[in-house]
Amino acid sequence: MRLINRKPSRPVALLLAALPFVAVAIAYAIGSEMRLAVNPQDRLLPAPATILDTAIRLFTEAERRSGRILLWHDTGASLFRLLSGVAIAAALSLVLGVLIGLLPYMRRSLSDFVAVLSMVPPLALLPILFIIFGLGEVSKIVLIVIGTAPVMTRDMAQRVIEIPREQIIKAQTLGASSLVIALRVVLPQILPRLISNVRLSLGTAWLFLIAAEAVASELGLGYRIFLVRRFLAMDIILTYVIWITLLAFLLDWMLRALSRRAFRWAEAGL
Amino acid sequence: MTGLKFPPAVALAAILAASATSLPAAAQEKTDFRIAWSIYVGWMPWGYLSDSGIMDKWAERYGISVEIVQFNDYIESINQYTAGAFDGVSATNMDTLSIPAGSGVDTTALIIGDYSDGNDAVILKGEGTLADLAGKPVNLVELSVSHYLLARGLDTVGLSEMDLASVINTSDADMIAAFSTSDVEAVVTWNPLVSEIVASYPDANIVFDSAQIPGEILDLMVVNTDVLAANPDFGRAMVGAWYEVMALMAAGDEDVLSALAEASGTDLEGYKAQLDATAMFYDPADAVAQALSPDLRVTMTNVAEFLFEKDILGVGAPSADFIGIEYPDGTVTGDPGNIRLRFDAGFMQMAADGEL
Repeated sequence: MRLINRKPSRPVALLLAALPFVAVAIAYAIGSEMRLAVNPQDRLLPAPATILDTAIRLFTEAERRSGRILLWHDTGASLFRLLSGVAIAAALSLVLGVLIGLLPYMRRSLSDFVAVLSMVPPLALLPILFIIFGLGEVSKIVLIVIGTAPVMTRDMAQRVIEIPREQIIKAQTLGASSLVIALRVVLPQILPRLISNVRLSLGTAWLFLIAAEAVASELGLGYRIFLVRRFLAMDIILTYVIWITLLAFLLDWMLRALSRRAFRWAEAGL
Repeated sequence: MTGLKFPPAVALAAILAASATSLPAAAQEKTDFRIAWSIYVGWMPWGYLSDSGIMDKWAERYGISVEIVQFNDYIESINQYTAGAFDGVSATNMDTLSIPAGSGVDTTALIIGDYSDGNDAVILKGEGTLADLAGKPVNLVELSVSHYLLARGLDTVGLSEMDLASVINTSDADMIAAFSTSDVEAVVTWNPLVSEIVASYPDANIVFDSAQIPGEILDLMVVNTDVLAANPDFGRAMVGAWYEVMALMAAGDEDVLSALAEASGTDLEGYKAQLDATAMFYDPADAVAQALSPDLRVTMTNVAEFLFEKDILGVGAPSADFIGIEYPDGTVTGDPGNIRLRFDAGFMQMAADGEL
């Protein structure tokens, strides 16, 4: 039997999926053990048990001064920024993408501009963003929008252009106006694509969120990570990293479920 | 199927290799040393030592080699030292206590280079005094010497951090841009940012600076205690090279000062202005006097208390006395059973006596 036709049975498949995770965990445990043997107070690779203790403390115990459980407040602040940024970027990219893809006038005027915009490294513009939008929430959300919207817009426009010309012509022979074509022909076909775009952009959005929070903030997951980096509290950093990964994974999973449920006609392959 | 097992194996090998190569330096004799430094007015000589070959000259005299590596990120340089990748690093007394000493890495302050004498400042936008900070947000790099300076300053006017509207962690790289935004009312930062802000914004008003707490923010070269104990020649070479450059700077050598100015991104005048706000110990005897001064004990106790209050003094530190600090005369503040920071005047004394 050819290799490409050999498929693992279900238990083997589960084992194979778990293997890389287990290997990384073991490698970490060994590395941590080696360093702690030399210096029991080493903070670079804390023992897994220490991380677990720290995680429990972070999730359940309130901070002495403010009486708040910081992790939840950090999570709330960060998710608000992330979701607002991504939602605005998604809405923008949908509207602009349809306009650019469908209307030749819009395509001529905006297509190149968006292409150039998507090449600008947004982090380099941070000082300008801060001066225009201040150091508060707005500049952080704007950074996420600038970082993700142009690429999403380009992809949306491309998808609209790729819609078979025949469909558009057929709709026209049936008397559909430009607006009706946009709403009834284009939109159902690119909405699933928008969801997968959002899923792909979430990674980038997290990156910009954490970068923005590192610059000026008093709450947020990225803020906390950069703050405790000052005293190498890797147990806190690793807890936050695992938490962020979990959140990102959950968001991705929810979007996929949403896509499956809402757009049965276009089961996305992603 | 076998192909799938490869990545974890590679990852395993990579992590093991990475953690093994940067294991904390073991106490043994060796000949190759690496130290890290980052840009700050009082540490610029380290870059010059490397470029001018003065470090190599002294290292050769003792039959060793010392590689001097510049970091763009100050905290990262200390973290790398703490992780064992370097034998020494330029750091302030406060960060040395909280990061390497707090992480259990026994560290010795080999050279006391200077203390901040105005280089760190609390800047208010518009008219007012330190007491006017009450109810205002303050932007600074949290948990840094700026934060300590603010706490000490607020003490002097009977305020505490609780009286501020908030403390907003702001990256030093963006401090100047931050000052120009309307929602920022006060910042605490260090040079060259302080002089840049004061020069750029006419309404910038310095209400408190480190000249009012002289000798408290010390800029050090710290090294791993075990490495130093096993290799005293490393200490001799470092101190010898350092004070050769100090002598040149004290004599006002234009070439040296220009090189230092250029490396710190300013001109000769700009660098001299920064030096004016820095009390450099050009003469090793002065540095020895600072190390022996009883004030150092008070300062370090203050710093330890500040760090403990902020929850960053060591892993689960039960009290501000958690870490022992040893002074040149053998006295200890904090826990004598857990000495992790030592002030050593021996090598600087050798330099003062011309024995290197």
